Amino acid sequence: MTDVNAIYVIVMRELKKFIRERSRLISSIARPLIWLFLVGAGLSRLVSPRAGMPYTQFIFPGILGMTILFSSIFSSISIIWDKEFGFLKEILVAPVRRSSIVIGKALSGTIVSTIQAAIVLMVFPLIGVSLSAVQALLAIMISLLVAFSISCFGIVIATFYESYESFSVIMNFIVMPMFFLSGAMYPVRLLPAALRGASKLNPLTYGVDALKNAVFAVRTGLMSPDFSFAADMAFLVASSMAFVVLASVMFERKQ
Amino acid sequence: MPAIISVEGLTKRYGRGITAVDGVSFQVEEKTIFGFLGPNGAGKTTTINILCTLLSPTSGRALVNGYDCKTEPRMVRSSIGIVFQDTTLDKDLTAYENLVFHAYIYGVRRAQIKPRVEEALRFMGLFDRKDDLVKRFSGGMKRRLEVARGLIHRPRVLFLDEPTLGLDPQSRSHLWEAIVLLPREHGMTVFMTTHYMEEAEVCDRIAIIDGGRIIASGSPEELKRSMGGDVIFLKTTDNALAGRKLAAALGVQPAEKEGELFFEAPRADEQVPAVIRVLSDMVLSLRLQKPTLNDVFLKLTGRRIRLEDVQGGDTIKEEVRAYRRRH
Repeated sequence: MTDVNAIYVIVMRELKKFIRERSRLISSIARPLIWLFLVGAGLSRLVSPRAGMPYTQFIFPGILGMTILFSSIFSSISIIWDKEFGFLKEILVAPVRRSSIVIGKALSGTIVSTIQAAIVLMVFPLIGVSLSAVQALLAIMISLLVAFSISCFGIVIATFYESYESFSVIMNFIVMPMFFLSGAMYPVRLLPAALRGASKLNPLTYGVDALKNAVFAVRTGLMSPDFSFAADMAFLVASSMAFVVLASVMFERKQ
Repeated sequence: MPAIISVEGLTKRYGRGITAVDGVSFQVEEKTIFGFLGPNGAGKTTTINILCTLLSPTSGRALVNGYDCKTEPRMVRSSIGIVFQDTTLDKDLTAYENLVFHAYIYGVRRAQIKPRVEEALRFMGLFDRKDDLVKRFSGGMKRRLEVARGLIHRPRVLFLDEPTLGLDPQSRSHLWEAIVLLPREHGMTVFMTTHYMEEAEVCDRIAIIDGGRIIASGSPEELKRSMGGDVIFLKTTDNALAGRKLAAALGVQPAEKEGELFFEAPRADEQVPAVIRVLSDMVLSLRLQKPTLNDVFLKLTGRRIRLEDVQGGDTIKEEVRAYRRRH
């Protein structure tokens, strides 16, 4: 019972801070829109319309994936902030299991990220595609799974760092490569072989691909999804389970 | 009275080089205030961290509320409250929210959360600031809030690691007023560390630790009495002559420092009239000085507690931190 209360209050803390920090909320919504309309609109002039669909439509699942990626990682590595400012000690001396702390943190990232993904999803009509209610619901379900997997991955990363100076290292060497190797901006099959291999190990690749499967009207041609929906889901579920176990083990050992 | 904390042969080594705590043994009785005194780097925080289950000892045994710190960490954690040396509050939440978080994570029943949080805030004099963000609090208020937080789950033992470090005198006395009430009003045992010897006077029992070892323990009175009682300081018209007269008449060995004669006087109240009688009108001034815990520390280690040791202590702290980063 203590552990359920602990998970609940860890999630509530994150939500409270998320709602309170307007700038975080605004920038988390603004970032995907900037990519969609500035980068996407510019590049769409270069990309042949014969490739299957307008480029802004192609990158839309990738932008959803980006929203989840940034928000989940940000939420999880707030553990590093908690370490730096001492609050983590308050959590660690509480009579709760380490794994409950990990699950509380992972669910915090999951919920906050999915809320943001849902907001970005509402932009969909602006790029000229209509989504059915079933498709939207499916996209949200996929977002939950992707967010959980990446939040757990973020906790694993957070166990390695002691101070928030590592933030830019994590952003530049982990988050940005994960984004570009996820098939968000270009189909994975167009990448050179070595990078394609890296892509296939990236959980976000399957998240973005699952979203493509869920929302694309056309599923043929150069810009079609790279994997089957079943393969995407299998990898996402497997990676979520692997990361939550790994995060618990790392957290237990390191803290 | 039964011991609520019982420590035997506790040792903590970091790597090969540093032994932070070296075979420490002591007991703390229930509903008392126990002071752990020593300079920086003496092993106080390491001992607290072991008792709080944040560190495991290299060898030895520590029991808190009957539970083993190494094998039953969750039971220990639910028996204790802790105020760490560094702030562990969430600065972006309000005082009230910080305490509610604590109540949940310690499994306080929902119906009891609000009354307990409010009671704790009132007890520490923070109720009227409950809805302010913690980042707007002064150092003294933050420390008081942390003590308030430590009370919410009604722990059997409250650990305070250097609770008054960095506080101004007014905040310090404010904090002490509350702490001394804890054993009586809340039935709690208080285990505190400090390197302010004056503050240790409020403790029922004290253990003095230096270089990872306990070098003395007892009540503040016992420790001060072990100094041989008070010291009499005299100014006279002729210190050399007065010294000889006192040695002959009272059998004491006065020494001279900065123009004053002084000697230890175990029964000062009887000895003062004798001194006046022996020296008659040679006495210009006379004062009595009670020994302080600082004198006790000075006598035991040959050093003052605050000054030169700070450097060495900080070096050890740095090495311990570096060790933790590597492991």
